[in-house]
This record gives sequence, C-alpha cells and structure tokens, in this order.
Amino acid sequence: MMGLRLILEQVSHAYRDLSVLDGITLTAAPGEVLVLVGPSGCGKSTLLGIMGGMLAATGGTVSVTGEVAADCLNPLTYVFQDFALLPWRSVAGNIDLVLRARLPKAERQARIAEVLALTNLTEFAGAWPRQLSGGMRQRVGIARALAVRPACLLMDEPLSALDAQTRDLLLDEFAAIIARAGTTTVYVTHNLKEAVRLGHQIVVLSRRPGRIRATVRIDRALTDRTARDPDLLVIGEELWRMIRDDAAAAERERVDAPA
Amino acid sequence: MPRLEGPVHFRAAGFAPKDRAWASAATLLGLLAMWQASASFGLIKSLFLPPPVAIATALWHLTVSGELWKHLSASLMRLFVGWTLGTVFGVGMGLAVGLWSALRSPGMAIVAALFPIPKIALVPLFIIWFGIGEGSKIATLAFGVFFPTVIATAGGVDNVARGLIRMGQSFGLSTGAIVRGIILPGALPAILSGFRVTTSIAIVLLVAAEMIGAERGIGAFVLSAGNLYDTDNLLAGIVVLSVLGLIVAWIIGRLERALLSWR
Repeated sequence: MMGLRLILEQVSHAYRDLSVLDGITLTAAPGEVLVLVGPSGCGKSTLLGIMGGMLAATGGTVSVTGEVAADCLNPLTYVFQDFALLPWRSVAGNIDLVLRARLPKAERQARIAEVLALTNLTEFAGAWPRQLSGGMRQRVGIARALAVRPACLLMDEPLSALDAQTRDLLLDEFAAIIARAGTTTVYVTHNLKEAVRLGHQIVVLSRRPGRIRATVRIDRALTDRTARDPDLLVIGEELWRMIRDDAAAAERERVDAPA
Repeated sequence: MPRLEGPVHFRAAGFAPKDRAWASAATLLGLLAMWQASASFGLIKSLFLPPPVAIATALWHLTVSGELWKHLSASLMRLFVGWTLGTVFGVGMGLAVGLWSALRSPGMAIVAALFPIPKIALVPLFIIWFGIGEGSKIATLAFGVFFPTVIATAGGVDNVARGLIRMGQSFGLSTGAIVRGIILPGALPAILSGFRVTTSIAIVLLVAAEMIGAERGIGAFVLSAGNLYDTDNLLAGIVVLSVLGLIVAWIIGRLERALLSWR
C-alpha cells in the first residue's frame, strides 16, 4: 500500500536538565490519523517537532518507511498553529514559494489552482493574508501543505488560534480533506472534540516528562463521523477523565513556577 | 454603603494625535511671512539673516546662470555613488552578520568600534588614501553610510519571525530560497527605514567632504559664499540641501509604498 509509516522508538528529549519526553514508542500507520493529546507542557509539540526533523531528540530514533508518490515534493510537511504565512506574499504566492525551483511554472500554477479549489480559496488567490479571516488563513496553510503532495502531514494545533465557530467548521473540512488525501497525519491538539473527530489512534501523554499514558483506537472512517456522534462523545469523556488530573497539576505547576 | 447615580461620561478621549497637512503648511508659511516682515521692517539686518525673497532671488540667479546645476550635478554624482557603495556593502555585511554565527560577533565588534568615529575626522586620512579628487569624498560618504546600513539590516534580519524561517526549512527550501523568499523581504522594512537615516547622513557628509578640497559641489559653494559673507547665496545653498533632503525622503517614501504595499 502506498503511504508512509512513521515509527518512533524510545524517543526522549530534554532541555538541559529538564526532561520533557521520556521513552515514547509509537507508530503511525499509512493513511492513519494519529492524534497526540495531553496536558499543557507535556511535550506534544516537541514530539511533533522531533517527528518532522525540526528538533533533534536527545534519545531514541524516528524513522519512516513506505512508498511515496512520485510527485511528492516534501514527504513530512507541517501545518502550523500560527499559520506561518508570509504577509508580503498573496495567497497564491505563499503556495508558490514552496513549489518554486522544484516545478516548472505551468505545473506550479496547476497545483496552486488545484489546492485552492480543494480548500475553497480560488477566488482569494490574489488576496493578502492580512485581508483574510483566521479560518481562511489556516485554509491557506492547509492548501500550501497539500500542494507539495505530502506523504505525512504534521499538524500542530492548527485550530487553536481560531474562534469556536470557525474551529467547528474547519474541523469538518479537515476531516474531509484528510480523508480524501489519505495522507498519514499526526495531529497535536488540546481539544478532545478534535481528537475524537479526526483520530484513528489517539495517544494520551502524561504531564512532563511526557510518557504514553494510554492509546485509544477509533476504527471508523472519518467520513462516517460527526461532531455530535454519541460514541465519540463517550470516548471524549473517557479521554478527559484520563487527562483531567494531569491537566490540573500541570496548570498548578505553571502558576507555581518562578517567573 | 455609598450610593452612585448619574450618567457615565466618556473618558477615553485624547492620546490619539492626528496629522493635519494644512497645519504644517500654515506653520511654515507663517514663519516665512514673519521672517520676511522682520527684514522688511528693519528688525533683522540682511547680512545676519537674509529675508526669504533675497534667498529666492539668489536661487533664481544661480539657476539661470547655470551655476546651481554645476555644483548640484557634482554633489548628486558623489551622493549617488557614495551612498550606493555604502548601501550595497552595508546590506551585504548586515545580512552576513544577521545570518551566520561565524561572522556575527566579529562583524558586530567591528561595527561597534568604528561606527561612533566621526567620519569627518577621517577625511584627511581618506585624502591620503584616495587622493584629493572624487575618491576621498565618495569614500567618506560610503564609510558613513556603511555602518548604519549594517546595523539596520542585521536588526531587520534578527526581527524576521523565526517561525517563518522554520516554515521554509520544514518545506525543504534551500538556504538561498529562504534568504531570498523569507529573510530579505522580512528585513526590508528595517532596511528601508535605515535608508531614511543613511540618506540624511550622506547629505551631511557630502557637504562636509566638499568643504575640504572641492571646487564644485553644494558644500564647496556654501563654504565659498560664507568666506565672502555672501549670506544670500550661503542660504540659497542651504535651501538647495534642504530641498535635496526632502526629495530623497519622498523617493524613499515612494519606494516603501511600492515595496511594502502588503503592510
């Protein structure tokens, strides 16, 4: 089967003496959405950084295996929490930046048109990022990521900077886009509603140093899920029970920490 | 318990100054009128401070005689070449200092040591190095422009959001593509702000350099008029410098508007 398997074995990370991740072993199967949840400061984003090669782990290994499509320009591709759009480039220009020097102009334009259509942004191709709402900016981030035909999407709290209504709307769009693309996806979130809506495998991390506390599997296609699905709400509550004490302790730690 | 009753008054007024173009024009015109009136009524002697009409007349004579262009063209050439050289090398050095650890500390140490030196003090040295001709004057300007450009550019590079650079890296962009596509455009507002400062510095240094061993140029003209107590022409030369500064600032404003239209 075409697709990338992402394998982490005994991954640990420390900032000097502060251990933030400890012995993380997990596998994201091809086409699977793996969601990382856990209390603040448990190392979710650090782990995502390690997975994509943006941060060197102090212990353990990260590897990938599998076949990648011939037109894939960047196998491990991030979608950022703060969108990371260049304010001096238009919507189309932001996407063009990551294709330039890799594809001829005609092919670039075709890909840009395709991903803009996929994310309902065609009529905003020439707009500046400052002219867009938060939700639209994140759709540009998604379009840019899809333009390089990634084998694995690494999404770092992509909805957390948005208001609740936009988040709900975009969550459904994400589910549809990810289901259609069939890309292996690792999704970091605080939001358990997002976790159960998108995750095939939900990995719950403990508070710092982050260790795997539990793994929950949901074997249902993303297209068959809805935000108000009672089964998913039950799983969400179960996840919250697992996290609640750690989240409260992490919050107290944050308050107690010296400035 | 105290009782409170009555309307709630708006209290968030002020602290929001607005530009009023007519007030700027009226102030300048008012000052000119007072200046002219003081001279016309004999309150100020024209040798001490020639009135605006006398300065305008001197400017007119300089223009029609071709004298103004003779000096101005020499100054403009020096200004253009000196500023361009200082800017090209300054932006290059600023980028290098902003991007590479190996160059950062040594580069900033050199800038910190040499930037505070008054460049006028170096003119005699530049004359020894580059001769009494154009070389020493252009070197003075270039040297004066170089350091603030390095500081503005390096600061601009430092202020480019790291998240954008990480984004470029995460998409596998080459170093060159990141510099061209992310760092240079991100640093451009700071570089252009630096241009506003360096063009003013360049004009000041131009006049100073032309006052030492130049036959042509606005600085030489002002010096010569001053030596002859020809205050009409002296102030005419100063007005030309002021207008030159205004035109350069306007050009940079247009450049900012064109290049930073995304803001």
